[in-house]
Amino acid sequence: MTAVLEVRDLRTEFNTRAGVIRAVDDVSFTLKRGEILGLVGESGSGKSVTGFSLLGLVDPPGRITGGSIRLNGTELVGLPQSELRARRGKEIAMIFQDPIATLNPLLTIRKQMMMALEAHQHMTTKAAETRCIEVLQRVGIPDPAARIKAYPHEFSGGMRQRVAIAIALLHDPAVIVADEPTTALDVSIQAQILHEMRSLAAETGTAMIWISHDLATVSSLAKRLLVMYAGKVVEEGATGTVLRDPRHPYTRGLITSLPAIAKPGEDLLQIPGTTPSFLSLPPGCPFAPRCESAEASCDKMPETAQSDERMWRCHYPLGLSGPDPRGAQQ
Amino acid sequence: MTAFFRIDRVSRAFAPEITLGDRIAAKLGARVETRSLQAVNAVTLELAKGETLGLVGESGCGKSTLGRVAAGILPPSSGTVALDGKPVLLNGRKATTRIQTVFQDPFASLDPRMKVGETVAEGPVAHGLVSQAKAGEYVSEWFARVGLDPAFAGRYPHQFSGGQRQRIAIARALAMKPDLLICDEPVASLDVSIQAQILNLFLHLRRELNLTCLFISHDLSVVRHVSDRMAVMYLGRVVEQGETAQLFETPAHPYTRALLASVPKLTLDDEAIVHFEPIEGEIPSPLSPPPGCHFSPRCAFVQERCRREAPELREVQERRFAACHFSESLIEQGSSDFKGFDR
Amino acid sequence: MSEQQSPFRRFWSEFQENRFAVLALIVVVVMALLAFFAPHVVPQNPYDLENLSLLDARRPPGFVGSGGYSHLLGTDPQGRDLLSAILYGLRISILIGLAAGVVALALGTTVGIAAAYVGGRLESVLMRIVDLQLSFPAILLALVLVALLGQGKGQLITALVAAQYAYFARTAYGAAKGERRKDYIEAALATPLSGRQVAFRHLLPNCLPPLIVVATVQIANAISLEATLSFLGLGLPVTEPSLGMLISNGFPYMMSGRYWISVYPGIALIILIVAINMVGDQIRDQFNPRLRK
Repeated sequence: MTAVLEVRDLRTEFNTRAGVIRAVDDVSFTLKRGEILGLVGESGSGKSVTGFSLLGLVDPPGRITGGSIRLNGTELVGLPQSELRARRGKEIAMIFQDPIATLNPLLTIRKQMMMALEAHQHMTTKAAETRCIEVLQRVGIPDPAARIKAYPHEFSGGMRQRVAIAIALLHDPAVIVADEPTTALDVSIQAQILHEMRSLAAETGTAMIWISHDLATVSSLAKRLLVMYAGKVVEEGATGTVLRDPRHPYTRGLITSLPAIAKPGEDLLQIPGTTPSFLSLPPGCPFAPRCESAEASCDKMPETAQSDERMWRCHYPLGLSGPDPRGAQQ
Repeated sequence: MTAFFRIDRVSRAFAPEITLGDRIAAKLGARVETRSLQAVNAVTLELAKGETLGLVGESGCGKSTLGRVAAGILPPSSGTVALDGKPVLLNGRKATTRIQTVFQDPFASLDPRMKVGETVAEGPVAHGLVSQAKAGEYVSEWFARVGLDPAFAGRYPHQFSGGQRQRIAIARALAMKPDLLICDEPVASLDVSIQAQILNLFLHLRRELNLTCLFISHDLSVVRHVSDRMAVMYLGRVVEQGETAQLFETPAHPYTRALLASVPKLTLDDEAIVHFEPIEGEIPSPLSPPPGCHFSPRCAFVQERCRREAPELREVQERRFAACHFSESLIEQGSSDFKGFDR
Repeated sequence: MSEQQSPFRRFWSEFQENRFAVLALIVVVVMALLAFFAPHVVPQNPYDLENLSLLDARRPPGFVGSGGYSHLLGTDPQGRDLLSAILYGLRISILIGLAAGVVALALGTTVGIAAAYVGGRLESVLMRIVDLQLSFPAILLALVLVALLGQGKGQLITALVAAQYAYFARTAYGAAKGERRKDYIEAALATPLSGRQVAFRHLLPNCLPPLIVVATVQIANAISLEATLSFLGLGLPVTEPSLGMLISNGFPYMMSGRYWISVYPGIALIILIVAINMVGDQIRDQFNPRLRK
């Protein structure tokens, strides 16, 4: 299968008064048609900025300072804003955690969807309306022909998120970037939306990047997983493989921190310390200060290592006998 | 024998405030909301000494309102709350220091203009648990117990991370030497790795201090981890109550069952297609709950009787309560599939 | 984590970044100091009638009068040295503005926080009175009160407080109403702490930022309101002219070429008020979370 999105060595930086923050650092991945890729990390890992970077939505003082983003073969890095805007929504769309932020409270859903449609293609009002109702139907909004005339506040939180998803789907984009889209929703509503998103990806061939802090949600949806820490991808691989047999100590820590896998009442295997600030990252591996298998050589940044379709960035990966030879040589 | 902590038939309604403007608008034909919202409806809960009761439910189910009533912050519309047989409220004001609360958002629950050491010392000094002269020492002791450097006592909340703030909030609550701790979603706003640290701290302190806890959370796996017994709320009512392990194994209410099935599980098989069994429909507005059983419009097992007759919460097994006409057959059907995985 | 840093220190370091605001603050401080130490700075006590000679009246800037010194800004119709009169007038203006501002702040804050914290009937009654008062111009109320109470500093301050406390009450009420709902107030009530402790130790300090902003603006307003009243002849006695009265005194001579009698006090008044407002603007920007970097 062909790749719809290829990201190589992406780097996004913010110039702040206190110094340069490299929120996305050498991030690379490939997304195939219809694939759902999970992007996991805690707050401050750079996962959301990665998502924004893909759409060219990083606002000053932030900007992409390196790497490449190829969408359907076209390089996006360096394109002028006007061209990015033409592609945004049409070829690549984004869904946010809080749908309220993306919907205009003063306009009906119909008006907002029609505006989104007309921004990119000319069609008759009749055809446009049919299209809007069709996508609303697809995301599971009951009675879409009547509901399309409603205002955002007349929908519940779950329904609002569905509307936001419908708007993202209007142009059948090649890629949807979903940033914590179900975090604010109740579990029963979350399950409905996860269910629908997966069938959407399968039916339409739209590829998705699912950004979340919740390993369980991502694992039930995404076939491949990227784990980010302090702006870097520390591990990538098939979801089940990574969760069963993590290479990076941070990935393992994330998994063992989950109460769902522990015996009730017993201590969780926690990661000590807190996420470092981007302004005071340790010199080498950013996870080293919290890592129990850290050694002296961890004060140098580990290179990425690859085998069996998985990737990790650690001098002393777990689950392999002995220290990684590449790491030990440095 | 009376329970150590008892919430007895507590209801809490919120009436909309009708202003003069609203009245004029209503006269002119506008729709003005006059129905009151029944957030909590005749809930009875008991906690034995040293026990942790998990209270779960989705947004709008009334669990936080119930928590605030239990904590003595909000007076109930009817019903009583008593600790050790003594009512928590006297003349509408909280009359005990033996119940303390840890709130969800550690960014909002600490006074931004007060040094954190003062925040922790304030209550104990005001109630004579420690003298002003010894307050510094006392604060240091509590900082150390919750895993914070006592030297941080002179800092302001904005200088701490979310996890550290929640430790401070826990220290503030425990420095009052409570017998009952009410935790309202204490880890919901924290990152996974920090959540694990706070849960561990909570479990240790609970053991050390023999605390009784009411632990409110929307996260079933967290509740499963910390609580001995749990209660499930839906639209202001407790629909099921029982031992945590048992409740996860054989839910006796269709809502509990559906809720357990909705929780995404950690999937370890690369090829597995996770089967979602979402509950149909949305949570109805508490302003106009459906007739009969409140869950009937969404229930997979609904019968004609459910729409007519609201089921009472009844003992369906020993120490096991459920508000469903058909709990027995549900229990017979057996286990839910809520498991994480055991390493 | 940064070293221990009190909110005030943080505030000051951010304040310093706006050079105009720092400049304005320096202007305000210098004017206040000059006004305060006026008796030691200026050549003449303009309130001492024995020093005044009508021969020196309405002289242009630079005139060397009977006192043997040069009147840098000229003299007024009573023969006062204008520089001395301006600084003395500034002293009265600042004094009255500050006094009125502080008393109005205390009164308004008490009313606003009490209404927000206690709620119920007290809230409705207090806030309706405040709303009523905000609905007509402050100067009208001040005029009526001065007319009723008569002249004098105390009366003037009373009138200004009555005209201005409502702004503070509104601001304090709005801030307290917002803070009241926050978890840290709930946490204090859940401890439980007494109502007095919650109101004074938690609610009040967190309502201060918007009040400080309103206070700076209202002190400037009080000064200009006092000047207006004096200009209209309702302020202080003629023997102790404030800036407004100095302007008023020079007004008849404006068109006869003796511009300095009105213009110099006017400039002093404008500089003071603009400077106070610039400081207030910067404080407001710093307290506004949306403009925060």
